[in-house]
Amino acid sequence: MGLLSDPNRRRALIGMLTRLNAPICLICYMAGVAWFMGLAFEPFTLRTYMSENAMGSTMVEERFPSGERALATGREFAAHKKKNGGMPVDWLVRTMQSRGLEVFTQHFSRKLPFPDEDKERYMVKGTNVYGILRAPRAPRTEALVLSAPCSPGNDNNQAVGLLLGLAQYFRSQIYWAKDIIFLVNEHDLIGMQAWLEGYHHTNTTGMDWSPLQGRGGSIQAALSLELSSDVVTSLDLVLEGLNGQLPNLDLANLFYAFCQKIGVLCTIQGKLPRNDWDTTSGYSHAVQTMMLMVLKQASGRPWGDHGLFLRYHIEAASIKGVNSFRQYKTDATTVGRLMEGMYRKLNNLLERLHQSYFFYLMPSLTRFVSIGYYMPAFGLLAVILLLRALDLWVQLSSPPTKTEEGGIEVPSSPGVLSILTPLVISHLTGVALYTLPILSQELAVEHFPVSETEAVVLTAIAIYTAGLALPHNTHRLLSGEGTEQGWKVLKLVAVLYLAVLLGCTALINFSLGFILALTLVPLAAFITPHVPKALSAFVMVVLSPGFTLLFAVFFFQELQETPVSVQEGWMLFLSVISQGILDHALYGSLVYPLVALLVYPCWLLFWNILFWK
Amino acid sequence: MAAPLTLLLIVAVTIRAALFRSSLANLISARVEVVSPLNAWKRVVEGLALLDLDISPYSGDVFHETPMVIYLFHFLVDYAEITFMLADCLTAVALYLAVKDYNKQVFRKQKFELEADRYPMDCLELIRSPTEMYYIPLKVAMVYLLNPFTILSCVAKCTCGLNNAVIALFILSTMRGSALLSAIFLALATYQSIYPLTLCVPALLYLLQRLYIPVNVRRSSFWIYTLQYLFMFLGSLFVLVGLSFFLLGSWDFLPAVYGFILSVPDLTPNIGLFWYFFAEMFDHFRLFFLCVFQINVFFYTLPLSIKLKEHPVFLIFMQIALIAIFKSYPTVGDLSLYMAFLPVWNHLYRFLRNIFLVSCVLLACSALFPVLWHLWIYAGSANSNFYYAITLLFSVAQILLVSDYFYAFLRREHHLTNGLYLKKKDGSEATLVLK
Repeated sequence: MGLLSDPNRRRALIGMLTRLNAPICLICYMAGVAWFMGLAFEPFTLRTYMSENAMGSTMVEERFPSGERALATGREFAAHKKKNGGMPVDWLVRTMQSRGLEVFTQHFSRKLPFPDEDKERYMVKGTNVYGILRAPRAPRTEALVLSAPCSPGNDNNQAVGLLLGLAQYFRSQIYWAKDIIFLVNEHDLIGMQAWLEGYHHTNTTGMDWSPLQGRGGSIQAALSLELSSDVVTSLDLVLEGLNGQLPNLDLANLFYAFCQKIGVLCTIQGKLPRNDWDTTSGYSHAVQTMMLMVLKQASGRPWGDHGLFLRYHIEAASIKGVNSFRQYKTDATTVGRLMEGMYRKLNNLLERLHQSYFFYLMPSLTRFVSIGYYMPAFGLLAVILLLRALDLWVQLSSPPTKTEEGGIEVPSSPGVLSILTPLVISHLTGVALYTLPILSQELAVEHFPVSETEAVVLTAIAIYTAGLALPHNTHRLLSGEGTEQGWKVLKLVAVLYLAVLLGCTALINFSLGFILALTLVPLAAFITPHVPKALSAFVMVVLSPGFTLLFAVFFFQELQETPVSVQEGWMLFLSVISQGILDHALYGSLVYPLVALLVYPCWLLFWNILFWK
Repeated sequence: MAAPLTLLLIVAVTIRAALFRSSLANLISARVEVVSPLNAWKRVVEGLALLDLDISPYSGDVFHETPMVIYLFHFLVDYAEITFMLADCLTAVALYLAVKDYNKQVFRKQKFELEADRYPMDCLELIRSPTEMYYIPLKVAMVYLLNPFTILSCVAKCTCGLNNAVIALFILSTMRGSALLSAIFLALATYQSIYPLTLCVPALLYLLQRLYIPVNVRRSSFWIYTLQYLFMFLGSLFVLVGLSFFLLGSWDFLPAVYGFILSVPDLTPNIGLFWYFFAEMFDHFRLFFLCVFQINVFFYTLPLSIKLKEHPVFLIFMQIALIAIFKSYPTVGDLSLYMAFLPVWNHLYRFLRNIFLVSCVLLACSALFPVLWHLWIYAGSANSNFYYAITLLFSVAQILLVSDYFYAFLRREHHLTNGLYLKKKDGSEATLVLK
């Protein structure tokens, strides 16, 4: 407690921190970035291991024989799908019933706030079909889900076929201790959302759906299967769910363990694990894999149909079959055996998966970085904000001691008003950015030659840009401000605000918090009214959240090895914005409201400081 | 000064009324930081329903408020929102008047000492001027009414707002020197939640000081007055308990209210220190640590009252703060009461050492509570340790805040007797070190 009570030592420490503030901040920033880049370096990561005893030591023998028959069912499904021009509900109900399941259907409909141009849908109507295999060996208190989406066109027919094949095979086994629900959902995530809301009796997004007629127990785990070819070369595991939530790491471990056992190539982010970590190319491979995960997680959207399960406390992942030009092919029987093995092990669970990590990043499928290792990278960035705040505090509190004789207590009282005005105005801009794009789409469509989707996106960009004009307006509203004291107080408030905001974001979604910190922290650290205006304004705009998103889009494409031109990138950027707004409206993703209501106003505060007169 | 106060009350009531009408009200009233098992409105409604069915409201281990509260809402249940808003306004006005009185006294005492030339010459900058003291009562009312914690507590219809009103009235009547009213309100506050019992000492010290009776165990006048006050206090407490018995016709409420407060059977997470500790503890240690934790609230009364014998109002502030930190089911409403007093000690600002650290930590913790709750309960990815870490940090920050004010107060008093610029024996500048 010496630091808190001994005035001499305190003075020495604070003196050092204020004198060396800029170099310490610089070092912290570089250390933070270096730490983050180091996370992908293999010696600094941990090898994945199975923590859950119930899934570890038990022996499971996979005997699923009928891959060919499953593929035939898939072709039959495809034919019926083509004939119906959509989900062949009757055929699915009949087929599932003939395989001995209790079959139910659920109808749902949803009107999107504005047309989704990527997936070409506006008024969505569909049906989910699911069959329940009742557990013969235990009360119906727990359940597992296997789902396959019914996609438009020729996709995923093999997945539905394999799902039906597995259902038939599972029916004949006697060891199931949990209900197994086989779900074929239409309209990918919208159908999944309707089914999950129906299953759990909640309605968070105002969707219309018919209540479920049959239920199993509480769902323990779920896998979503996506197969679009008869043979696959590798299986890709997708973990990132809504709002950057991840399933328990044991689910990934389980997948990896079975891939190893059965001898299937397995990837994460489409990248194979490599052993040459000590070469540059090996390291950059790991960095790419990790950065892809970080970008996907930061986007806050579900990257597979499993993504919405996580919200209900259900561990879930998507498994995607990839068919590339590799020599070594895996047939449907092997994939079926893999699924059987995973369900057998999940069936053995005595409690929900909780032993392993929930917060992790994966530089490859066999290595992971846990929260204790990656948080310091963010902490080093956040500490810069605190140091700057301390510096400002010291600057603010030192003058009154000098002028105590004159009794100057006056500057503090107008200070409150001159801070409150920018705070309120920038937050109102944020509210406008959040609400207006959707509200004003009809108005925009009437007056400008654009489609609804374009109208929403362009309105959002327009409001975002209009926010930059604000400082001049805030100044006109106030009279007699613009003191040196004033901007320092405002900056202190803004810096602390940003620190708390980023801290909370990083706890919920580390990747998003880190990416925002990477761009916003340097800006928050250097901005004062005395830096060169034009140059700093340019730097600020480049470091603003909107541009961060633009860069992230290009970077993501680059990492996926599908580089795009500027024109394509810009179109992609527009569609990403519309997807973000839709994700919020449809599934309750938090990224758009977070950026619009909190991050952007906070950035505006710094913009205000730059133009403080 | 009445006009700004009225305006303030109107603004405060408007904010509350708007929040009552919004969809946030349900969300807020479910937050564990805002309501505890002791004072949640949901439980009061449950108690009322049982009472209407002629069943004892205390059967079934849901309702833990006192019989007075349930009978109050038996008549006022349709006007609950207005009652809570009124309670907040009443608290603010009572604090406003009390602080106004207190400031007058401080100023009178300071003038007297100045005329008697008791202050060292270099302490003139520590003397408080009437202009800076003029707005303090208004600031107190403002800090209470516009504090987000108070607003949350009021919108959640947490009965802690009523307790705050009773304590504020107790402070007001003590300031006004009315021993009987003071004893009655203190009894009412004690009846509501036991812990205000410790406020008995500062009230007594204050009333004695006001009548110029020295605190001296050999003087009969001291003993007579003390016994008088204690008699009034215990008498009204007895009347209140008796009245509750006659209203309910049973003694059920004693174990259900006081037993519940003291033995802490409900371990729902809150912002206090009890829940995690007792959830983790082996049963055979429970009684011992229960005593240790509960004694914590009462333990500091004696040393503090010896040290702050001359300053009973500061002692009241310290006691309220300690109760809010160490009580078994604290909510943010408890915090708001002692935070309202912070403007009164504005003149201590230059001696505060950790105010920046403490305010940063309190701010960060307030934002992290809902985030970690979300991660623990909804996302399932964090666990109770995360949440408790924040609770712990929050309590540490509060303790630092209180001890910082305590230190600053003592230091100012020290300077007022020994001069502002202390010299060592060899003539060099001296520093005060707290060890």
